[in-house]
Amino acid sequence: MRKLLHLLCLPLLAALALASCQTMESATTLATAIGQGAGVISGSQAESIRKTAAAVSRSAEEFTPEQEYYIGRSVGAVVLAKYRAHETSQVNQYVNVLGQTLAQASDLPVIFGGYHFLVLNSDDINAFATPSGLVFVTRGLLRCCRNEDALAAVLAHEIGHIELRHGMQAIQKARVTEALTTIATEGAKTFGSREVAALTQTFGGTITDITNTMINKGYARSSEYEADRAAVALLRRVGYNPNGLVEMLTAMKKNLKAGGLDFAKTHPAPDDRIAEIEKGGLKYAAVQAPAVRQNRFQQALGEI
Amino acid sequence: MTRLSKIILIGVFISLCFVFSGFAEPQKTMSVQVKEGQLRSVPSFLGKIIANPSYGDRVAIIEDQGAWKKVAIGGVQGWMHATALTTKTIVLKAGTQNVRTSATGGELALAGKGFSEEVEKQYKNLNHNLDYAWVDRMEKFQVSPEQMQAFLKQGNVVPAEGGAQ
Repeated sequence: MRKLLHLLCLPLLAALALASCQTMESATTLATAIGQGAGVISGSQAESIRKTAAAVSRSAEEFTPEQEYYIGRSVGAVVLAKYRAHETSQVNQYVNVLGQTLAQASDLPVIFGGYHFLVLNSDDINAFATPSGLVFVTRGLLRCCRNEDALAAVLAHEIGHIELRHGMQAIQKARVTEALTTIATEGAKTFGSREVAALTQTFGGTITDITNTMINKGYARSSEYEADRAAVALLRRVGYNPNGLVEMLTAMKKNLKAGGLDFAKTHPAPDDRIAEIEKGGLKYAAVQAPAVRQNRFQQALGEI
Repeated sequence: MTRLSKIILIGVFISLCFVFSGFAEPQKTMSVQVKEGQLRSVPSFLGKIIANPSYGDRVAIIEDQGAWKKVAIGGVQGWMHATALTTKTIVLKAGTQNVRTSATGGELALAGKGFSEEVEKQYKNLNHNLDYAWVDRMEKFQVSPEQMQAFLKQGNVVPAEGGAQ
């Protein structure tokens, strides 16, 4: 009988242990707070206990969609400090209809603040996508597009970066831990101005991590190829010719200036990207856009 | 078997049922994880919007259909896209209408914490060169599903196989 009872108790204990793992971290935080309150451990000891407990479980995935939204807004504000907006509403309207249509057919159609697109007034060949769904494309990059299918490819590539979360992955691991720990350990009380100041500093670091990668260093080559693959899949799904991407890259190759601080610096060479796309099974055939599509494309872009 | 053993045995059995039913129970409610959710009459972006649940609102899950979930909130039933929902709990500060919240691991906790409007404001004050005015203007660029549908139709954009959502 006793043996039977023991046997029955074992899975029960295992189940209880499993359930308690999820609450381990909050239990640590609570126990630390109690220890600190009782004067058993000092404030700095308490801090280090909390940080150790947090360090093992923090990842950028833990930022809420709302926090990601605020990160994205500031990344966008940095892009707009470097490049000015192209104020012509006609082309912005067209790029938004095309871009938002593509985004809605993507694997991540609904995000916190929605997808929004803007043309930048620059001859550089560049494009940026913030984690929150803001997409920027320069006039220089628009000039590499000869048809709507090519422009759709540019926007689909940027949507690919968003759904694959490349921006958020650019945040340094230590920064993620620092940010989430500050937020979590202050969870029980109202933020004072000191905490807001500390958090603002961490926020600034997060923005710098993302913009340094996005604007200066560029993502890993593998991330660019991944975004190209996502773009090809999305173009097919919606009904655009994925060869638009190949044609855009071919035009970009001619337009890129060696030593430039744009795609020349941050992206793999167009030829390498084309080779990688063709490895994925795409056989090149010229894009034959219907006249009605070509007309609206030319009309919208005008003298870009 | 003694009477005491029987009682213990029954007790253990009931505890086991309780613990395992907790694991086996399917997720019945989810939280809205976008600023303004859209509850539609049919499982499609072209479906009529019948309600706009807010960030953090809990919805009861009735059924799944591909990437769409039939949900109920406040006595109204409709469809929401799965990417607008999360299994995490989002706890808003009582009495506030805005969407300021923060994350603590599996549970999204109290409002007013984390990277919020307040932190953005502080950051903006420290970095006067940043251009938030155009970010705000960008957020106003809205395209309706009807406009999207008309755009695809007018441009004769048709997938070779399958279909766009």
